[in-house]
Amino acid sequence: MADTATTAQAESGETRRDFLYLAAAGMGAVGVGCVAWPLLDTMNPSAEVLALASTEVDLGPIAEGQRITVTWRGNPVFIDHRTPEQIEQARDVEVSELPDPQTDADRVEQPEWLIVIGVCTHLGCVPLGQKTGQSRGEFGGWFCPCHGSHYDTSGRIRKGPAPLNLPVPPYQFTGDSTIVIG
Amino acid sequence: MSGFQTNSRVIKWIEHRMPVFSFLDHAVGSGYPAPKNLSYMWNFGSLAGMTLVIMIVTGILLAMQYTAHVDYAFDSVERIMRDVNFGWLLRYIHMNGASFFFIVVYIHIFRGLYYGSYKAPRELLWMLGVVILILMMATAFMGYVLPWGQMSFWGAKVITNLFSAVPIFGEGIVTWLWGGFTVDNPTLNRFYALHYLLPFIIVAVVVLHIWALHQFGSNNPLGIDPNGPQDKIPFHPYYTAKDAFGLGVFLILFAAVVFFLPNYMGHPDNYIPADPLATPAHIVPEWYFLPFYAILRSIPDKLLGVVAMFGSIIVLFILPWLDSSPVKSGKFRPIFRIFFVLLIIDVVALGFVGANPPEGAWLVVGRIATAWYFLHFLVILPLLGVFERPKPLPTSISEPVLKGGGSPMGSGAPAKPMEKA
Repeated sequence: MADTATTAQAESGETRRDFLYLAAAGMGAVGVGCVAWPLLDTMNPSAEVLALASTEVDLGPIAEGQRITVTWRGNPVFIDHRTPEQIEQARDVEVSELPDPQTDADRVEQPEWLIVIGVCTHLGCVPLGQKTGQSRGEFGGWFCPCHGSHYDTSGRIRKGPAPLNLPVPPYQFTGDSTIVIG
Repeated sequence: MSGFQTNSRVIKWIEHRMPVFSFLDHAVGSGYPAPKNLSYMWNFGSLAGMTLVIMIVTGILLAMQYTAHVDYAFDSVERIMRDVNFGWLLRYIHMNGASFFFIVVYIHIFRGLYYGSYKAPRELLWMLGVVILILMMATAFMGYVLPWGQMSFWGAKVITNLFSAVPIFGEGIVTWLWGGFTVDNPTLNRFYALHYLLPFIIVAVVVLHIWALHQFGSNNPLGIDPNGPQDKIPFHPYYTAKDAFGLGVFLILFAAVVFFLPNYMGHPDNYIPADPLATPAHIVPEWYFLPFYAILRSIPDKLLGVVAMFGSIIVLFILPWLDSSPVKSGKFRPIFRIFFVLLIIDVVALGFVGANPPEGAWLVVGRIATAWYFLHFLVILPLLGVFERPKPLPTSISEPVLKGGGSPMGSGAPAKPMEKA
């Protein structure tokens, strides 16, 4: 047995010392990794930041056709009380032709209330269209002034560099006219 | 000039225990011979070093007055401007110093591009320079976030969002960079820490850059190696004096901007406190990032745009192997000279594209200019080395001066008289 082992080592040019080097270096790398992870993870959001994660909104005062902005996790959330025409517009689209295909029904709990995170999926600007007089882009939704992305009345990307639709945050209706986001 | 000489007993005492004086003499003194034909284009390396010192000194003093917190950052900068003794001067030097640092470094880089300073045996020297450029960009970007104005905030948001283009891990990386769900207090704090750290890392890489430089010495306008001591002069007093004179001219221009046009290169929007709910109508980065920003926006795909933007700098790392011509100086490369001028026009055009909204004609110009940028480095330079017929090189650094024009063919490219000054 000993003979075969020695021969095998001699043929492949590997020695026990090579193995020891590899094992020691490998163990060292694992050790460095184990220390690096907690150091890097300090830069992630802490539990206390994650806990500030729900916002309650009263939808009562928002008239039809009106849009308001609330803050959730430091980001703007657009709440749009859509008119029947806007809902019609959002539904009257060939879904397969969209850059990020999604039906309007998949993006709302109740058709008259569209709730999306108001952060452009390109590079994070806040799109225009919440205030009267602002450009709503070519599709009547929102328009991002930074790099020219156009969103429709369902907050879906239609034209421009943004790759995805405006995301819908997790929310639920807690009453007839109140929602909790997060 | 061989070896360091002194009569001072104190210096001798120190020198014997730690040879710091002979080290300095060898680095920037009479013990460091440099080619005797260096033009004023060779001033910009030491000038960049001086600018780095100015930035570090003013930066440390500013750090004593600044508060890195979203609720206080903007006000603390305003306090520096209004209440701190000479605070306005400190901030205006630091703020405009960043711009001047980039002006100096960009001239330094284009000097290297024209005279082939990246070619063997100076490839590592060049690559260390590219590392410095990248560190400078990161430092400048994070510094711009600290005043916490509208441009600070939205610049930070857009640039950190670039990393969301990374497949699969993108969102995780961005959340990690922010330390939250958007650019917020944790982001400001870490940017401040890194903005303070990176300049010292730049100093370390500058030391390596100079170390690599001293292995073979400076390139020169002719791009040929000195034949011997007759082609060189001691760095001190000749080039220390020339560098000092250049520094004086630089400081006049710098002071003119600091005192009379301090906000010329800035954006008024950054005097509005950051508002995470409203993006300014037109966000643009500082002028020194505009060409790269133009490349980012010229490509309609998000990931490819980010890749192209970083690629435009990364391509400089492999430049020594892309340019296959054995002739260093552009003076002797008639076709290269034309393409060099086109590259400068291209980069300036990209700058204008970056400053304007990506619509209509600007979008078209941006796409052409972006394509040309990569074409220049990846196609034209490798081909030029094969197809271009360079002019005959002079046999020595002295020849063009002593024989009044060097080779017979050389008369087509007369050296600018200024360069002999």
